[in-house]
Amino acid sequence: MYAFEYHKPSSVEDAVAALSGKDDPKIVAGGMTLLPTMKQRLAAPSDLIDLGGIAKLVGVREDGGALAVGAMTTHAAVAGNDLVKSRIPALANLAEGIGDPQVRNRGTIGGSVANADPAADYPAGLVGLGATVVTNKREIAADDFFTGLFETALEEDELITSVRFPVPQKAAYAKFANPASRYAIVGVFVAQTDGGIRVAVTGAKGSVFRVAEMEQALSGNFSADAVAGIKVPADEMNGDLHASAEYRAHLVTVMAKRAVAAVG
Amino acid sequence: MPENGIGAPVRRREDKRFLTGKGRYTDDINRPGQLYAYFLRSPVAHAKVTRVETAQAEAAPGVVAVFTGQDMAADNVGSLPCGWTVTDRHGEPHKAPPHYPLVRDKVRYVGDHVAMVVAESYAQARDAADLIEVDYDELPAVVDTKEAMSGTQIHDEAPSNLCFDWELGDKDAVEQAMSQAANVVELDLINNRLIPNAMEPRAAIGDYDSGTDSYTVYSTSQNPHLLRLILCAFVLNLPESRVRVIAPDVGGGFGSKIYAYAEETCCTWAAKKVGRPVKWTAERGEAFVSDAHGRDHVTNVKLAVDQEGKFLALKVDTTANVGAYLSSFSTCVPTYLYATLLAGQYATPAIYANVKAVFTSTAPVDAYRGAGRPEATYLIERVVEVAARQLGMDPAELRRKNFIKPDQFPYQTPVALTYDIGNYEASLDKALEMIDYKGFPARKAEAETRGKLRGIGLSAYIEACGIAPSAVVGALGAGVGLWESAQVRFNATGTVSVMTGAHSHGQGHETSFAQLVSEKLGIPYENVEIVHGDTGAIPMGMGTYGSRSLAVGGSAIVRACDKIVEKGRKIAAHLLEASVDDVEFKDGQFTVVGTDRSKSMGEVAFTAYVPHNYPEGVEPGLDETAFYDPLNFTYPAGVHIAEIEVDPDTGITQIVDWVAVDDFGRVLNPMIVEGQVHGGIAQGVGQALLENCVYDKESGQLVTGSYMDYTMPRADDLPSFRVGMTVTECTHNPLGVKGCGEAGAIAAPPALINAITDAIGEEIDMPATAEKVWRVCQARFAQAAE
Amino acid sequence: MPSLSMTINGKQVTKDVDPNTLLVQFLRENLSLTGTHVGCDTSQCGACVVHVNGKSVKSCTMLAVQAEGSDVTTIEGLAQGDELHPMQAAFREHHGLQCGFCTPGMVMSAVDLLQNNPDPSETEIREWLEGNICRCTGYHNIVKAIQAAASEMRR
Repeated sequence: MYAFEYHKPSSVEDAVAALSGKDDPKIVAGGMTLLPTMKQRLAAPSDLIDLGGIAKLVGVREDGGALAVGAMTTHAAVAGNDLVKSRIPALANLAEGIGDPQVRNRGTIGGSVANADPAADYPAGLVGLGATVVTNKREIAADDFFTGLFETALEEDELITSVRFPVPQKAAYAKFANPASRYAIVGVFVAQTDGGIRVAVTGAKGSVFRVAEMEQALSGNFSADAVAGIKVPADEMNGDLHASAEYRAHLVTVMAKRAVAAVG
Repeated sequence: MPENGIGAPVRRREDKRFLTGKGRYTDDINRPGQLYAYFLRSPVAHAKVTRVETAQAEAAPGVVAVFTGQDMAADNVGSLPCGWTVTDRHGEPHKAPPHYPLVRDKVRYVGDHVAMVVAESYAQARDAADLIEVDYDELPAVVDTKEAMSGTQIHDEAPSNLCFDWELGDKDAVEQAMSQAANVVELDLINNRLIPNAMEPRAAIGDYDSGTDSYTVYSTSQNPHLLRLILCAFVLNLPESRVRVIAPDVGGGFGSKIYAYAEETCCTWAAKKVGRPVKWTAERGEAFVSDAHGRDHVTNVKLAVDQEGKFLALKVDTTANVGAYLSSFSTCVPTYLYATLLAGQYATPAIYANVKAVFTSTAPVDAYRGAGRPEATYLIERVVEVAARQLGMDPAELRRKNFIKPDQFPYQTPVALTYDIGNYEASLDKALEMIDYKGFPARKAEAETRGKLRGIGLSAYIEACGIAPSAVVGALGAGVGLWESAQVRFNATGTVSVMTGAHSHGQGHETSFAQLVSEKLGIPYENVEIVHGDTGAIPMGMGTYGSRSLAVGGSAIVRACDKIVEKGRKIAAHLLEASVDDVEFKDGQFTVVGTDRSKSMGEVAFTAYVPHNYPEGVEPGLDETAFYDPLNFTYPAGVHIAEIEVDPDTGITQIVDWVAVDDFGRVLNPMIVEGQVHGGIAQGVGQALLENCVYDKESGQLVTGSYMDYTMPRADDLPSFRVGMTVTECTHNPLGVKGCGEAGAIAAPPALINAITDAIGEEIDMPATAEKVWRVCQARFAQAAE
Repeated sequence: MPSLSMTINGKQVTKDVDPNTLLVQFLRENLSLTGTHVGCDTSQCGACVVHVNGKSVKSCTMLAVQAEGSDVTTIEGLAQGDELHPMQAAFREHHGLQCGFCTPGMVMSAVDLLQNNPDPSETEIREWLEGNICRCTGYHNIVKAIQAAASEMRR
């Protein structure tokens, strides 16, 4: 790991201030992606700004019928949170399935969302629930937040402070994990929300996406059979050693069926 | 049976240190003034190296030295040898191109060793390596086993990249039987390439003492004496007497830590050059590219079977990938550890194998848990299963029909080995009963109601362990003897130190060998210490691999104990004023036959060291060394049965039951033996279902170079296993033991693939990944729908 | 070089370390607590698992400076003097280790499991161990050991 300056601000304002005037500063939340990348010398930030000292960014609270999850809340904390478990159990399940227990004890929702790994689970949860990403500057709808492979709508000096999840009527997440890395090869989040049925898919393409055809079909007939015949085109899918594009496309349908069945 | 004697499931004494963080592995050791090494590795698969510029790196902070192949050449450092000469079918020795620790003119695989940086800290060494400029004149990569012979030539010495073209068995007899047989069952098989992945990455410290002109080498080695021999006699030209190799706690090996590698060689050599200890510890990424890999065969097999299901002949054509260079034992794995096992458990009268070994621009391939025997068992047990399906016979009964029967032992196979003993039906019957074979159709039908495809698969394996009779392997090309040594040293107060040439890196020798000595000498288990892994402390030894430690090393201990008892009888006879012939030894007591007059082992040992009243002509001291050279291989065998369910929607295979019935001969510590079986099965399941080493065909880059892409078996990939035993004792070693370390890894892959192909009704290659299985299911459903 | 303080196995420790020092390096190299191992570079094998403020983490994926002020427990701090922790004792009794290299991380992870779930099923144990790779045991006896420790610790 190359050398860097370490900063541990105690407020969001200080964190933003610490970003300015640096060569190549990087924010570290849980560090579950950034630290391995730095260890392998694939990243060499001049400054590391650790959000671990900002107590305000941790925790889950009710926010006008929605749940606001602080950016530095760990996956384990989300999975074990009583509010999340009772109001959006599918989100608790999703968090419970991220990485392994030790990753869940360090990795955070803000870090995962800002990193926008195409195989991460949270993007499916955010888009599937129609969540809102709250930053130090503004609020961004999840549908507009994930803009591509490891790309988001965040600006250089913008920090995620929380993610606000509206409470759905029902929801579920079904994941087909990469056997080696255990990231999602395909993860499908299905939710019945006030704004209608949402079906969000992670792992399959460069970024999370919704499947309009499935959403429509489920609006008329909320059953696994309704999506069983809907195939997403394979030509836009990722393909790698562990799953070809064709297989991924197939798994989108299978995981959608399973998520719908789990919603009940 | 004494409480801690032979057969008792004694809890391991090594565990306390491992469980409390007090294990002492190579990377835990630091020497005063130590420097750190980092190896600059080739980023390309195949290239001429036209320039290596190290000046900038040498000037970097903390750097003490930068070495290249030219520096080693100037010091007359030799090539890492392959210790087994295979003579090909034209009478020529295998092609043995040089394998220099640091490359001299060419790189031949991604990860090949280009330069070594030695610095005050590891980070500084790594930083400086970035400053080395290397010009690579790139050549095409050759990674595919099947296509290697038509690829770009990798070594001047090996046209068509052919290392050897070797054969075993009676080709004419096999071809004649094939031409007349009622049925010939044919299969094309790939035995997938694996990366061993012992959890402790390799590490080494070279330490040179200029005062005595001697070296101490700490290394993650399965066989420190062999490493010393190779370093001294072949590579660095040092007297063995001046080199001490210590292999402390070693975190698993599975074969990958048998070999002499470039890194420990360089650390040893560099320690003298820089005058300070030099330490290197592999990162996991380095382990992936530079540990010797395993398997990698492409095989065509034909089995001739008559109308009644009797096997008539077996013909095997294999291409084996040995990688870019020959590792220490690369050549014997796809030959003498492979083709000699092709009879399996069956009385097939004619067998012929042709093996072509090819060089490729990939990491060297050598022995990995099972080494040749999993490859042999895989093809036999797959083709037998397919034969049963094609003939419409029950696979268990087809096996039973062709088994070598108990009254046929000793049994001379058509492929050189003589099996001493076995009872294959006994294991089959027990396994069938344990899995409730008869109940399978009902379980399959029940699974169908849940949308699952259930399958069952058998594997009746045999292996040759206890490697090996030195004269036999010498005649076949081995460059070393494969005996083992033991020294049993009584201390005056009655405790015993046992020095063994075997090395324990997970096998629990400190416990099981102490059980053996405790029983043999009739002394408390607690009084026996096992010493291993230090060439400075133990007699010359040959190390641990090929499930040989107990069969060969344990036999050496027995022989040393026999010598102790023999000498003890003389001392006791003197003390008891009896004739030596009248003194018998039992349960730790020397007794005058027919009397109650006796002396304990402890009294005798004390007398040996305080010989005030002592027999004439007998040396003081009670300290005996024995070397044991086995008379034959041992032949553990057994039957594993896997039961699985496939989810046709995703192609995921779930193992729902696993029965292993093994005949390891006499069992010293059943707890440890069962643990070995579990671990072996897990690695076999890994091969069949999850693990696959993949190189990019174009670039020669290792695609599966980390745990992100190389699928290691995890706890949730595996079931609990049900283990049973049958026993026929080995006839030719003093313990009646056979060896158990590799059985699971040998037995498991065909059992699992037989189960999966039973479920999905089509052939499939390892690893049977979810996508592959799904594709078969898709094709079959599409067919069924038509 | 910043000065860093934390409690390790009940003892207050203060050392100067570079910010790019991983917690596992700090433990192994600065404090000679070599029971915590490094088995991979992608945060997957779990040989490096320790507890930070009572929760299991991978010390290869955490900077030492991030543990400032924390309470860290390593494998060396688990036993009470000569008396093994029930999890350690169960691993020994049920032969849950062979080469011992993954063992410290495996034990620390298993202890955290029982803090979260005192009576886990076999499936729950196997799923929890996703972040701990063992190459020797096939996990069979590890699972048995954890079940036995759970039952012992519930008594």
